[in-house]
Amino acid sequence: MAQLTQRAATFQRTLSAAVSSTRCLSTASTSPISVETSLPFTGHKIDPPSRSVETTPQELLSFFRDMALMRRMEIAADSLYKAKLIRGFCHLYDGQEAVAVGMEAAITKKDCIITAYRDHCIFLGRGGTLLESFAELMGRKDGCSKGKGGSMHFYKKEGGFYGGHGIVGAQVPLGCGLAFAQKYSKDENVTFAMYGDGAANQGQLFEALNMAALWDLPAILICENNHYGMGTAEWRAAKSPAYYKRGDYVPGLKVDGMDALAVKQACKFAKEHALKNGPIILEMDTYRYHGHSMSDPGSTYRTRDEISGVRQERDPIERIRKLILSHDLATEKELKDTEKEVRKEVDEAIAQAKESPLPDPSELFTNVYVKGLGVEAFGADRKELRAVLP
Amino acid sequence: MAAMLQSFGVASASVAASDHSIKLPAFAGHSLAVIRSEARSISSPIRGTRKTGKVATKAVAAQAANPASAASKPGHELLLFEALREGMEEEMDRDPRVCVMGEDVGHYGGSYKVTKGLAEKYGDLRVLDTPIAENSFTGMAIGAAMTGLRPIVEGMNMGFLLLAFNQISDNCGMLHYTSGGQFTIPTVIRGPGGVGRQLGAEHSQRLESYFQSIPGIQMVACSTPYNAKGLMKAAIRSENPVVLFEHVLLYNLKERIPDEEYVLSLEEAEMVRPGEHVTILTYSRMRYHVMQAAKTLVNKGYDPEVIDIRSLKPFDLYTIGNSVKKTHRVLIVEECMRTGGIGASLTAAINENFHDYLDAPIVCLSSQDVPTPYAGTLEEWTVVQPPQIVAAVEQLCQ
Repeated sequence: MAQLTQRAATFQRTLSAAVSSTRCLSTASTSPISVETSLPFTGHKIDPPSRSVETTPQELLSFFRDMALMRRMEIAADSLYKAKLIRGFCHLYDGQEAVAVGMEAAITKKDCIITAYRDHCIFLGRGGTLLESFAELMGRKDGCSKGKGGSMHFYKKEGGFYGGHGIVGAQVPLGCGLAFAQKYSKDENVTFAMYGDGAANQGQLFEALNMAALWDLPAILICENNHYGMGTAEWRAAKSPAYYKRGDYVPGLKVDGMDALAVKQACKFAKEHALKNGPIILEMDTYRYHGHSMSDPGSTYRTRDEISGVRQERDPIERIRKLILSHDLATEKELKDTEKEVRKEVDEAIAQAKESPLPDPSELFTNVYVKGLGVEAFGADRKELRAVLP
Repeated sequence: MAAMLQSFGVASASVAASDHSIKLPAFAGHSLAVIRSEARSISSPIRGTRKTGKVATKAVAAQAANPASAASKPGHELLLFEALREGMEEEMDRDPRVCVMGEDVGHYGGSYKVTKGLAEKYGDLRVLDTPIAENSFTGMAIGAAMTGLRPIVEGMNMGFLLLAFNQISDNCGMLHYTSGGQFTIPTVIRGPGGVGRQLGAEHSQRLESYFQSIPGIQMVACSTPYNAKGLMKAAIRSENPVVLFEHVLLYNLKERIPDEEYVLSLEEAEMVRPGEHVTILTYSRMRYHVMQAAKTLVNKGYDPEVIDIRSLKPFDLYTIGNSVKKTHRVLIVEECMRTGGIGASLTAAINENFHDYLDAPIVCLSSQDVPTPYAGTLEEWTVVQPPQIVAAVEQLCQ
């Protein structure tokens, strides 16, 4: 009899799991759960926020799905690159997904994000679609930048995503400019200017930080410390690898970047701080599984044991999976189904992107200037008409 | 250092005065250019009409008095740096998104007094005194422009903007393209450059030659108070990033400019002196050396046509081409160095487009390919002087 009920129960579970696991997501409850972050925050000239994070089952399931999607997209990009469909430089974000996802959970689309070239997943987080990503990577017309930007130049104006920049560190002054504009228009939003441990040694970063602190700009500098600036480990490049302290007079916070909930807590805290007191630095302690880019094997400057060690101990998706399972928010099978669904979604997007045509040759000359060039000119008596030369 | 720069500005006033008193075109002189443009506009697209109509309505609202009898208005006299300031102020009044940033532009009033009084009027946020960090404040201006603000970045000396080259080239020039048109960067980057009075090598640079290859930016050079104000206003209104080149020695030029509002075209060249025998193309300070040489040439019986190209990127090949078709001889007089300067590009452009109309090879007079020396006599020899221009025209017209 017990066997029967057990089998019935498994049968029932299988049935429910067979239905799309997104149903699980949409029907998940929004009742709050309190979770402790893996590590406490360390503050520099500031009191760190509490370790205990408020979240909901819906949020945790969405974290899982989003991170699985990002991971799948990056792995797929890896294969596409090896198949020579993606050319040039391709910098993959797998391992660092928690930063993108945790940050999005703490902010709105009106807040601005600007980052460097490891931008595919942040683009997704800001509302970009898989089709736009893959099409841009393959240089097709349907890409987010019409195929003219490439891997390092993903932008989404409506989503408040300002790129996508190839030159290391150059995006940080731009980020301060975004914050300046927010202060100028007084619209109570913040800017997250992201950079890596390699870019942390750029002079323009400190210049920008000085200005942001001087004028109390709502800028939050996020250092995604994956411990390697291409092939150079952080201890070989920086005298002081405590990047959250490098701001000196600007407060800083060190965050476990592999824990999406810690990232969410830190970003929420930082947003409140920046709106009141000006800039703050968040150092996200994270890790990338791939090399710096697809041209870098990623194993000449670090051991495979280190990579697999981090994957086992600190993988962001695994952490959320364990959380979900331990809180009984979904079954193992449901999570696996989510992953399968995500994989299917990515494959479909790739197929669609492959169908997308290459840009028209005339696109070579569009968007160099804003159409019309200069401005219409008129003389002092306004009777004279002057044509604008093409 | 800024005080020193200012004193140079004052010291050069006497020189500038002698320069401009000879041939600085009076207001009436510009009516020639006006007529030419009108003739052209008959055959050109309607797009211009629509836009002018839109702008005119606002201007009419601002200037209720006499829309028709402008030509008889006396106008007002001012110096070039004041004309630049007037242009900036009018645009800042018109559009709250226009802001200025640079070193010492606010409380100090600008090292060449171009932004004097603006900070008191518009506040510290709109006229922002930046720390000495060209790379990052230029980047900051570009980031602000991405969201819709219209910043004017001042390089205290154009040469300092070399530190911001990455930001100007990659972010300012290319963002509109790499984002697939999503972002526009309506910045104006301006500042004094050129060879001054013994300012030394690092403070006498001509950055137009370095910036000219950057795709996506427009470059203009002003040379009179009239075109300084007009180009400043046009640059601020433009949706494209514009680099406005001013010259250290031209700030104290005096001219009578109209009271009414006017905006000049960023892509148009200025006919300074129509002629028949030879086309002399020049811009910025060299315009005055050319006009000084023109006096001598006229006495010797030559009739040079002098065109101030004003638009360094893109070139106004329409005006230039019409002139070449008329005179068949071209002399370019510029302050850039021989190698890779504006003259070099212009020579190539004219050769490619108007080769059949040329009776003689194009002659390009440029500065010497040397760092500008400090000693006065040596400095004089690095730039093109009027006697050299006269000699070149004589040889060209043989």
